[in-house]
Amino acid sequence: MTAAQIAGLIASGETSAVEVATAHLDRIAAVDERVHAFLHVDREGALAAAADVDARRSRGEELGPLAGVPVAVKDVIATKGVPTTAASKILEGWTPPYDATLVERLRGAGTVMLGKTNMDEFAMGSSTEYSAYGPTNNPWDLGRIPGGSGGGSAASLAAYEAPLAIGTDTGGSIRQPGAVTGTVGAKPTYGGTSRYGLIAFSSSLDTPGPCARTVEDAALLHTVIGGYDPRDSTSIPQPVPDVVAAARLGATGDLTGVKLGIVKEFAGEGAEPGVIAAFRESVEALVKLGAEVVEVSCPHFEYALPAYYLIAPSEASSNLARFDGVRYGLRSGDDGKRSLEEVMSLTRDEGFGPEVKRRIILGTYALSSGYYDAYYGQAQKVRTLITRDFTSAFEQVDVLISPTTPFVAFPFGSRTSDPYQMYLSDLYTIPTNLYGGPAISVPCGLSEGLPVGFQIMAPTMADDRMYRVAAALESAVGTLTPPEL
Amino acid sequence: MAAISREEVAHLARLSRLAVTDEELDRFAGQLDVILQSVARIGDVAADDIPPTSHSVPLTNVYRDDVVQPCLRQEDVLAGAPDAAEGRFRVPRILDEEE
Repeated sequence: MTAAQIAGLIASGETSAVEVATAHLDRIAAVDERVHAFLHVDREGALAAAADVDARRSRGEELGPLAGVPVAVKDVIATKGVPTTAASKILEGWTPPYDATLVERLRGAGTVMLGKTNMDEFAMGSSTEYSAYGPTNNPWDLGRIPGGSGGGSAASLAAYEAPLAIGTDTGGSIRQPGAVTGTVGAKPTYGGTSRYGLIAFSSSLDTPGPCARTVEDAALLHTVIGGYDPRDSTSIPQPVPDVVAAARLGATGDLTGVKLGIVKEFAGEGAEPGVIAAFRESVEALVKLGAEVVEVSCPHFEYALPAYYLIAPSEASSNLARFDGVRYGLRSGDDGKRSLEEVMSLTRDEGFGPEVKRRIILGTYALSSGYYDAYYGQAQKVRTLITRDFTSAFEQVDVLISPTTPFVAFPFGSRTSDPYQMYLSDLYTIPTNLYGGPAISVPCGLSEGLPVGFQIMAPTMADDRMYRVAAALESAVGTLTPPEL
Repeated sequence: MAAISREEVAHLARLSRLAVTDEELDRFAGQLDVILQSVARIGDVAADDIPPTSHSVPLTNVYRDDVVQPCLRQEDVLAGAPDAAEGRFRVPRILDEEE
């Protein structure tokens, strides 16, 4: 059942929010030992929020379009009174004293927060193998990765533990898990959703967004969490485009007059044959709906991955300096004899996992004197060139399309020994983060029995365009149903 | 680009306040070398006249009116601290004994 259908049943009184919350909490209790999508389940809070929705309904209050619908929230987002760890040991047991703006909006809309979902530590990773609390398993095949860093959010949807989830996307962390779990994941325009209350990884790239099982559900959730926030200085003071109307228009299956751009430079990037086949079939389906396909050139996209892996760790090395064992979280080695500096170093060594340490060191290197111009400075210039590529492409087409990931979900451990091989997972998703525009991943078929994702990228603040095309594709190829757990 | 040495990684770890082990130093030096070789090609692409983009949203200073607003209570702020005393964060000694 979709989130929109659940909301409809609650609004009409055919079921109650408490019944819906209980059913999902029971499902979590039954399957999450095997999936491990959740780091923390807030049973009491969820039931209280659901009871509040039921009470408001019985008083005749008007409820929002997602009132009473359960939602799972990635653990990198601050939730008042509910533990938030960013899947790191350094924040084990920390309970934020405030809500992120988007959590406030979720609560205000009457959604019911089930708990916090697993992720790669501090959102650094492409497989959820770097969680300090153990990996999440892909509901399609429990021996494979659920994508990252939002593997928990995506897996909670695919395992029917939650109908909606929230993720954050710095280099693909909403779209890539969506692709490998057969769910929908949207990265809104940077600045279109507030970052206030997100534990920062790479501030110029981090973007929170919706995860769902259908395009319309993602659009409904996008509308709830999006929009200007005066507490975030990078928030764009414009309303969110009407993405729900765009999704419903797309669902009619008419794409007459819509121009889709295929990026020429993505063609040679070594995607698996099954991924390419599913992508091509989907393009044919879109053409049958009336869309026109044009090949465009984005010559600098091939430099996006290297630029990202200099910019993101540089910002991370600065952002993660706040985890120093003073104001919150872990403190190690404070035996009364060691100095603050020694305690700080021991705390950070014990608290951070290998991927986080690797990126902090890499970022410190890229920002250091003598290397700054050659690495970080060059990467910021490449960012300009990639933005120009997008601008030029969007003068020729309405949206750009590509596979979301070059490969389907891989088995655990198969890419951890070579970090750069792991980084290739985000090859198709990263250019959008450097540019700041919106992009969405929609399931488009199977390869070797595992889901393949189809990515649609749009100009900044034209999020509605990608929803229209995404919903049209969904109407043509349908949604995917994972095997029984 | 020069390869990154084990000593360089140790120096960067010190700058980053990370007390890494010898085993981690060996592993990171090898992995960072691979990563840096893979990203080095960006050095060839952007000419001098290309301006850098630091942010996709044009940033301006954002001010609010200078009006007192509710903020977190002191006890809420200190509640997550590893150690607190007299309404403040308590930290290990900052100066060495001889300083």
